[in-house]
Amino acid sequence: MSALLSVDDLGVRFGGLAAVRGISFDVRPREVFTLIGPNGAGKTTLLNLISRLYQPTTGDIHFDGHCITDMKPSRIAGLGIARTFQNIELFQHATVLQNLLIGRHTRRHGNFWQHLVFTHSVREAERAARTKVEEIIDFLDLQHYRDTVIAGLPYGVRKVVELARALCLEPRLLLLDEPSSGLNTEETNDLAFWIDDIREELGIAILMVEHDMSLVSRVSDRVLAMNYGERVALGTPDEVKAHPGVIEAYLGKGDEVLALRRARP
Amino acid sequence: MQLLQQVFNGVAQGCIYGLVAIGFVLIYKATETISFAQGELMMLGAFLGLVLITVLGFPYWLAIPSALAAMVAFGFLVERVAISPLLGEPTFSIVMLTLSIGYVARGVVLMIPGLGTELQALPVPYRDQSVAVGGLVMGVERLVVLAATAVLCLLLFLMFRFTRIGIAMQAASQSQAAAYYMGIPVRRLNGLVWGMAAGVAALAGLLLAPIVMIDANMGFIGLKAFPAAVVGGMASLPGAVVGGITIGVIESLAGYTLPEGFKDIAAYVVVLIMLMIRPSGLFGGQFRKKV
Amino acid sequence: MRFLFKTSYDQDIRLARHSGHVLWYGLLLAFLSAAPLVLPNYWSSLITMAMIYGIVGLGLMLLSGYTGLYSIGHAAFMGVGAYMQAVLTAKGWPFPLALAASMAASAVVGAVVGLPALRVRGIYLAIATLAFAFIVQEALVRWESVTGGNHGLAVGGIDLFGWETGSPLVFYYICLLLSVLATLGILNLLRSPTGRAFVAIRDSEISAQSMGIDLAHYKTLSFAVSAALAGLGGALSAHLLRFITPDQFGIVQSIDLLLIVTIGGLGSVHGAFFGSIFLILTPQVIALAKDYLPPAIGQTVGLQSVLYGLVLMAFVLFEPTGIYGRWVKLRTWFELAPLYRKGHAKRQRTFQKTERLA
Repeated sequence: MSALLSVDDLGVRFGGLAAVRGISFDVRPREVFTLIGPNGAGKTTLLNLISRLYQPTTGDIHFDGHCITDMKPSRIAGLGIARTFQNIELFQHATVLQNLLIGRHTRRHGNFWQHLVFTHSVREAERAARTKVEEIIDFLDLQHYRDTVIAGLPYGVRKVVELARALCLEPRLLLLDEPSSGLNTEETNDLAFWIDDIREELGIAILMVEHDMSLVSRVSDRVLAMNYGERVALGTPDEVKAHPGVIEAYLGKGDEVLALRRARP
Repeated sequence: MQLLQQVFNGVAQGCIYGLVAIGFVLIYKATETISFAQGELMMLGAFLGLVLITVLGFPYWLAIPSALAAMVAFGFLVERVAISPLLGEPTFSIVMLTLSIGYVARGVVLMIPGLGTELQALPVPYRDQSVAVGGLVMGVERLVVLAATAVLCLLLFLMFRFTRIGIAMQAASQSQAAAYYMGIPVRRLNGLVWGMAAGVAALAGLLLAPIVMIDANMGFIGLKAFPAAVVGGMASLPGAVVGGITIGVIESLAGYTLPEGFKDIAAYVVVLIMLMIRPSGLFGGQFRKKV
Repeated sequence: MRFLFKTSYDQDIRLARHSGHVLWYGLLLAFLSAAPLVLPNYWSSLITMAMIYGIVGLGLMLLSGYTGLYSIGHAAFMGVGAYMQAVLTAKGWPFPLALAASMAASAVVGAVVGLPALRVRGIYLAIATLAFAFIVQEALVRWESVTGGNHGLAVGGIDLFGWETGSPLVFYYICLLLSVLATLGILNLLRSPTGRAFVAIRDSEISAQSMGIDLAHYKTLSFAVSAALAGLGGALSAHLLRFITPDQFGIVQSIDLLLIVTIGGLGSVHGAFFGSIFLILTPQVIALAKDYLPPAIGQTVGLQSVLYGLVLMAFVLFEPTGIYGRWVKLRTWFELAPLYRKGHAKRQRTFQKTERLA
């Protein structure tokens, strides 16, 4: 099975600091691949590199046979990569429906002049886009919020709208940046089911950054643990959780842990 | 020698731009707000000096500090009444508000019959004097501009480096919410910043007045403070002065060497070039949005 | 209270959302069509000016209100359109062709002015537009052989492929037609992928890129379209004024245009027209009130500036959504009557956190 996304010796330096160094891995079709690591490990930076918001200083990224290392960020959406953001980047002054319709931008029809006159074919394309968007709304239960402006929505709903907007792109790879942050147990539960559905029903591969270990164990096929911008471990969730390097990254060295235990009154 | 003369004139004019730009940068650094009222505040300062000297009969050495103090208070008042209610609103609203303040200021001055509608001259003790060094004729008005700018820069440097208020201002400029939590009176500081900006603009007006005539449209000269700030770097006080002087010198030389009309647009051509090659300016920092 | 039961996607796609829209806008159109025949000449020339400034306001609204790119030198595009129209008409070009060429010229200049938008944002872009505006204005002054410089340029009458007319009535209907077309065009753009791309760029450039929106393409497009509309307005105002000079298209006029979109209501098509009506009516109101005010206030030059400034200040402080926003609130109040909640339209505040790293 050839990889959908392959990252090869990827690295980026900001000034003197190597935020990401020598990272290589691949994501297979219909796989859920998770990046874990302590804060500042470079996980979001890695995601930003892949979605081309940052320019890597070393290494290559290949997606679906294309080399995307030097591509403009607006081009990778057309190839089939969609993403969500850690701090929600929705279009604040638009409704949920308008946000989702913007997600259909790569499938738009018509040039400027046709839009200006709003030809019959543009109208047909609008209906088709709306139909597709409604499918996603049904999938994520957003019917209630269709016409609400984002600025008036609660945080949990906004997270779902971000996810919905990315799905409207009909991507082959979905990049999720801490999808469960700020969600309560119930909402995280829903998220786990949705991730499974996205993989099974929609056939989309997912590359996500996550901190919630129970969610990670539940949905991931493979996990990459990072620390200080470098890879610490790569494997199934169980393999990675048992890896000594990973334990050290999260809890500290063995004798430090012992010292913690001794210090308790 | 003519060249040197033009450069000298340009430096003096540039200091004026730099002074207005300092006020502009102070406000930008503190609140990331753009104030389009600086030019009009400069004009008001000049007018206030004029009124104090000619109408109220103050001696020059009393009128200038009084005018400055009054403008500082005015700037503080404007901030508390008009700007601070907009804390948290989008930048465009605040920009439009400062534009409206400028509009009102210009209109009010134009409503004063005689004094406001005709060109006036500011009576200063050093009028029409000059110092000749070699072949270079340096008008005393211009020397005063240079001296005042240097003194002001030194005072500002000392304030920001060594006083608690200066450090508090820098903190508030980096994150208002965090500054609030640290007990910094952000609102009062913002008022103070606007007061300072108004005072510096007024100083520019009082220094400029002997060189050109005072009239209600004087504020448009202040528009050139924007290119000065961009060239220097929007968040850099030394940059504002350096930018101003750069613009002033280039403008002066353009007037001397190039055909008519180029002098008026020299500042704008420079700012466009700067934006294309180095948008953050000569002393500007880096911007990045964290996602 | 009106409840909209939606049964088809078309109800969201089409321009007239419900029968009330059709009724009221139909009445408005009927009134505007009949106006010059019923009202005195002076009033119809006021309406003509309001329509012209409405067209320019639409352009600026698209650029600043919908794409979030602030242009503080927009009157320069009006100047390009006006002079192009004057020069071509003098050369014998028929009115519609000259109009199209003026719009095209303004669009090209707009695209050039929009180039800095690809590199810089926010206040830097605003300053770049200001710089361009001064340079364009100076170019109009210096290029005396074509524009007549500060001496001004006379503008000929309207030549519609042989039928020449200087009639204000014909001109009124031309302006009416063009402003209706411009409004429909903008509304169409806004409900299509192009318009949504503009809004996306305004609200979050990073997200917009991730959705596949090519920032450079759409920013340039927005500048070009808004400049074209400003050029159209300029060309029409050239015919209205019969005599143009470069200082009619300077910084003061640019600020007036900003006044239109801000007071009218940033981010709404109605706002462009509400704002232009305000701009045109205020001098009239002042002229009427002059006789009732003490001469110290009424007869001064500065009163108009003070009024504009105070009204702008009032709107920014108390009604940031402009005249249109206040109109919507009023209408909602009437619709919801006893159930209206005061906090119904409260704005979210955000605290400023710098994006500077140094």
